[in-house]
Amino acid sequence: MSMFTDFIAYLENSGLADNIRENDLLFPIIESVHVLAICLVVGSILVVDLRLLGLASTRWPVSRVTWSILPLTWGAFVVAVASGGLMFISNATKYLGNGFFVAKMILIGVAGLNMVVFHFVGARDLPKWDNESRLPLSARLAGGLSLLLWVAVVACGRWIGFTMQPG
Amino acid sequence: MTTAALLSDLSKWLAATSLSHTIQTTTWIIPTLQTIHILCVAAVFSSAVLVDLRIWRLTQRDVPLSDVGRRFLPLIWPVVIVLLLTGSLLIVGEPRRSLLNDTFYIKMALLAFALVLTGLLQWSLTSAPGFWERDVGRRIAGRVAAVASIVAWSSIIFAGRFIAYTQT
Repeated sequence: MSMFTDFIAYLENSGLADNIRENDLLFPIIESVHVLAICLVVGSILVVDLRLLGLASTRWPVSRVTWSILPLTWGAFVVAVASGGLMFISNATKYLGNGFFVAKMILIGVAGLNMVVFHFVGARDLPKWDNESRLPLSARLAGGLSLLLWVAVVACGRWIGFTMQPG
Repeated sequence: MTTAALLSDLSKWLAATSLSHTIQTTTWIIPTLQTIHILCVAAVFSSAVLVDLRIWRLTQRDVPLSDVGRRFLPLIWPVVIVLLLTGSLLIVGEPRRSLLNDTFYIKMALLAFALVLTGLLQWSLTSAPGFWERDVGRRIAGRVAAVASIVAWSSIIFAGRFIAYTQT
């Protein structure tokens, strides 16, 4: 544990973290980039989730939807993690002590797990139902769960701003 | 009476309404409205970006541009209605935060531009499917429009976040 706290202290005391804390413009700019990236992550995943639920894009095969949308999702996710990481190091101890921040990280982990399970288990027989509009229960569950998890991630993100004051 | 004084009076009047009072004193209302607002921005922004990327032939090259446009652009309008509703409630809750803030008016001007651009794109793609692919000039114009769309929507998101930092 002390190695972890040392690492957090090291991040927080870095020149970069100091710059983000002290510069009036840097934090809002990073935050705006974070919101922009999150919007692309959530909006693009929503397209896939609604397809899995059979509520939209039903004329397109599932594999086509995921293949055309997910590169955008991953690109935006990298930007969201990078910008989120920069905000985190500026006040690491406070963020770690914030319940909504911890919940947000756990929810993102669960969303990732849901995706991995669907990819390796639920989607194993994908060629069989790729063109169907109504998908097997496992696919619908994965889509519904993903949708709820990402809505909760956004809500937690917004609540962080109301429950801790940066600086 | 100057516009600033008028807006100040309007803000005072709004802040004194019982709806504003409820929004101010119920702690979960503002974060909930902002969460819905951001989720709607996510839907609108992603829809616009997916069409813009298709114009640049960066995604879904095997699907005709008009199909991609018809699939993603129409849903922007009902979602914008929800954005206007949640945005209005946020203003009623904290009128001075936006109405006396230049960033808010920049955001609204950008929004007007983005909506006109979206409307024109949608109209051109539905009335003439090959509109942006007919010749080199059209293709370049389409790409310029796509960049303008991404820049406009991104600026709207930046302005939205900066409203919180530019309150007077």
